[in-house]
Amino acid sequence: MGFHLPKNFLVTGEPMIVVAEVLSVLTLAGIVFALTYYKKWKWLWDEWLTTVDHKKIGIMYIISSLLMLFRGGIDGLLMRTQLALPNLHVLDAEHYNQIFTAHGTIMIFFMAMPFIFGLMNVAVPLQIGARDVAYPYLNALSFWLFFFGCMLFNISFMIGGAPDAGWTNYTPLAGSDLAPGPGINYYLLSLQISGIGSLMTGINFLVTILKMRAPGMTLMRMPMFTWSVLITSIIIIFAFPVLTVALALLTIDRLFGSHFFTVSGGGEPMMWANLFWIWGHPEVYIVVLPAFGIFSEVISTFARKRLFGYSAMVYSMVVISAVSFLTWVHHFFTMGAGPAVNSFFSVSTMAIAIPTGVKVFNWLFTLYKGRIEFTTPMLWAVGFIPTFLIGGLTGVMLAVAPADYQYHNSYFLISHFHYALVGGAVFGCLAGLYYWWPKMFGFKLDERQGKWAFWLFNIGFNLCFFPQYFVGLMGMTRRMYTYPEGLGWTPYNLISTVGAYMMGVGFIIMVYNILYSIRHGERDLTGDIWNGRTLEWSISSPAPHYNFARIPEVDDLDAWWHMKKRKRKQPWELRPLKPIHMPNNSGRPFIMSAWFFVAGFGLVFEWHWMGIIGLLGVLYCMLKRSFEYDDHHYIQVDEIERTESAAGRA
Amino acid sequence: MAEHALQTHSKSAEESALPLEYSTEESRLKIFGFWVFLGAEIVLFASLFATYLVLAGRTAGGPTAKELFEVKDFMMETIILLTSSFTCGLGTLALRNRSKGGILFWYVVTLLLGLAFIALEIMEFVHYVGEGATMQRSAFLSGFFTLVGTHGAHVSLGILWMILILIQLVQRGVTAATARRVFIVGLYWHFLDVVWIFIFTLVYLMGVAY
Ligand code: HEM
Ligand SMILES: [Cu+2]
Repeated sequence: MGFHLPKNFLVTGEPMIVVAEVLSVLTLAGIVFALTYYKKWKWLWDEWLTTVDHKKIGIMYIISSLLMLFRGGIDGLLMRTQLALPNLHVLDAEHYNQIFTAHGTIMIFFMAMPFIFGLMNVAVPLQIGARDVAYPYLNALSFWLFFFGCMLFNISFMIGGAPDAGWTNYTPLAGSDLAPGPGINYYLLSLQISGIGSLMTGINFLVTILKMRAPGMTLMRMPMFTWSVLITSIIIIFAFPVLTVALALLTIDRLFGSHFFTVSGGGEPMMWANLFWIWGHPEVYIVVLPAFGIFSEVISTFARKRLFGYSAMVYSMVVISAVSFLTWVHHFFTMGAGPAVNSFFSVSTMAIAIPTGVKVFNWLFTLYKGRIEFTTPMLWAVGFIPTFLIGGLTGVMLAVAPADYQYHNSYFLISHFHYALVGGAVFGCLAGLYYWWPKMFGFKLDERQGKWAFWLFNIGFNLCFFPQYFVGLMGMTRRMYTYPEGLGWTPYNLISTVGAYMMGVGFIIMVYNILYSIRHGERDLTGDIWNGRTLEWSISSPAPHYNFARIPEVDDLDAWWHMKKRKRKQPWELRPLKPIHMPNNSGRPFIMSAWFFVAGFGLVFEWHWMGIIGLLGVLYCMLKRSFEYDDHHYIQVDEIERTESAAGRA
Repeated sequence: MAEHALQTHSKSAEESALPLEYSTEESRLKIFGFWVFLGAEIVLFASLFATYLVLAGRTAGGPTAKELFEVKDFMMETIILLTSSFTCGLGTLALRNRSKGGILFWYVVTLLLGLAFIALEIMEFVHYVGEGATMQRSAFLSGFFTLVGTHGAHVSLGILWMILILIQLVQRGVTAATARRVFIVGLYWHFLDVVWIFIFTLVYLMGVAY
């Protein structure tokens, strides 16, 4: 209890951080000024902060994750700058630790996952012919919990000090003995808050996909992206509670002096590793399976062919998701689990290569004899195949338990997981971003600039991470903040850094492309700018807030493709319009998450009174929600008619 | 009739023979979603149980389960909670008969039993702490207080939630919406009871046996 400011509450010891602080304050002031000057506060509140529309929530997720890709990317570039040449001192050891921790944590929790969630929100209800997700209010709450959790994490380096025990946050390194102060608390509480949001997203999309598909859309007629989201949701529901527990136990250890992970009181430090990776390995699939789904959509759209081996794709995903829960120990083969345990987890890990291989062959067969069109999304999808093969093969090498003693914690590993996470998840997110952009905003991103960005990013990526396999084999270990001359590492590291900067340039072009295309991008007048196959392309762009004026009826895979082929209108297309029941906007998800932030911030500094106030705020919001009954309204037929004809649809 | 954002493909409430709490599409979705949520809660408690079982023998020279647990006390808690699950079930039965008085009566009984359970649990915890058996004492006690405390916190939240819903029932009577809420809080209550059975066996019975 009590209120005592830690020494150096506002971090001022490091010039780079002071600069960042000044810039942050200026940016914030700029935003506040602009909103006030252009009288946009009400618009911001009414249209965005209180929205329960899944498409807008998706857009907010995507904007946030692009910002976090920038933030995490800057961290990556800082690290690569520090490592470009031997004996550099751009960063000191302590600062380097904080930066790789922030980089890893932000990239996984606040970039890759929310990016996927964003695309899920944008595309899934449209793909299944639904008007909304199952729980729109909860959906908004999930987003704001992610957002405020993310903010809590992001202020750590300015206020109180950043976590520095790596994104895996192993105990005892992360225990209060070795890491006193607020840093690790930030990690624990911000992930806890955003993690609750992730779990609710999982539940929401599971129910949405199981219960809200358009008539006729059986499970085996679902678009592949929707399938991947369904599987992902199941993984989330099984994995996230384990993370919740792990984070809570370590929080209790740190804040209240219990002994889950401290050897002195009989605790078990390895328990953190186990709980963390029981969640952590499936987490990899939470970000990569939806990316697989996106590649499947994009490849079949631009090869103008039905996806090859649809059901094999589905079953391989199911197998991957199940096996992903049986491989967690491969993250600590070297920590003394014994040969029998290691063998089991070694084999189970390698087993994942089989269904993954099936998928790669299906993509290749879909491309085979297709009328391939190399649009930007297609480039990302095709570019993914070689990078993922490299990532996958080196993954199998790492899965050989005895060999792992050699590669473990070396740059070989760093390279492997960046090939999987960047070459898999990030390429997927970017493919999805270019692909669904017209559906979100009604215009296309510039193709020429898109291709420049792709090539710079792709070549930069390979330049950056391929050499790392070799320095890894030469003995350079991860989390090393500098290295001496004369080991032969220098050329590899230099090339790697050059590649990293190329990726940075690619990212800048991508952002420029967005700004450029807002004015000059090709407008999507048909709603079907790519000549798509699935239902999201059957409605106008951007989609009206009720999505479908009439709920479509589906009779095959690639429903929209078949509808386009048919000459005559189907009976359901001729039905009269009816009023549509829609959820009301609500400011409570935002406010409730802000209370979570207050609670989290208080607990970070062990100001328990503030934690309690925050939690009471949360409880009060839940109480208000419990008493809410009239949270829907109707859109009348004349309004639907007006909207539809404005979009050029009768 | 208006078309729902949650598309209705099945018959409307009046036509179908579904119980009141399942009568709208929205309710069906919410009840299903709650079951899924309970699935996640199972994983949560399973993780806590696993942690507890790993740490159960690690008393670091402090009091052991056998020294602490009083058979009489935890039997009492168990009987009270099991009974409350039964009365809660009677409440759901009253819901099926659309009897507001019946629901109120049985849920209030459930609430009181829940409160008694929480009171006993708090007394138990205070007693342990008085003997120096705090969660800071040993890994075993950290695991014990966290597992049993998490359950207790769930029960307390359940009590609070039930009170809110009973207020709404009084205000609005038995409607499709209140029926759903009564039903869901009932599901939650039974779930907590099931978790307790595991605590009873894996924590208390095993604790006094070994
Ligand atoms: C965009 C270009 C990127 C660059 C230049 C980059 C660079 C780096 C570097 C230099 C490290 C530190 C290695 C060490 O010293 O141990 C690192 C670690 C890491 N990166 Fe990246 N990275 C990038 C993108 C990503 C993405 C997109 C993800 C995830 C989706 C990611 C996830 C991670 C993780 C989890 C770690 C481990 C952090 C830790 O050791 O705690 N990175 N990255
Ligand atoms: Cu793994």
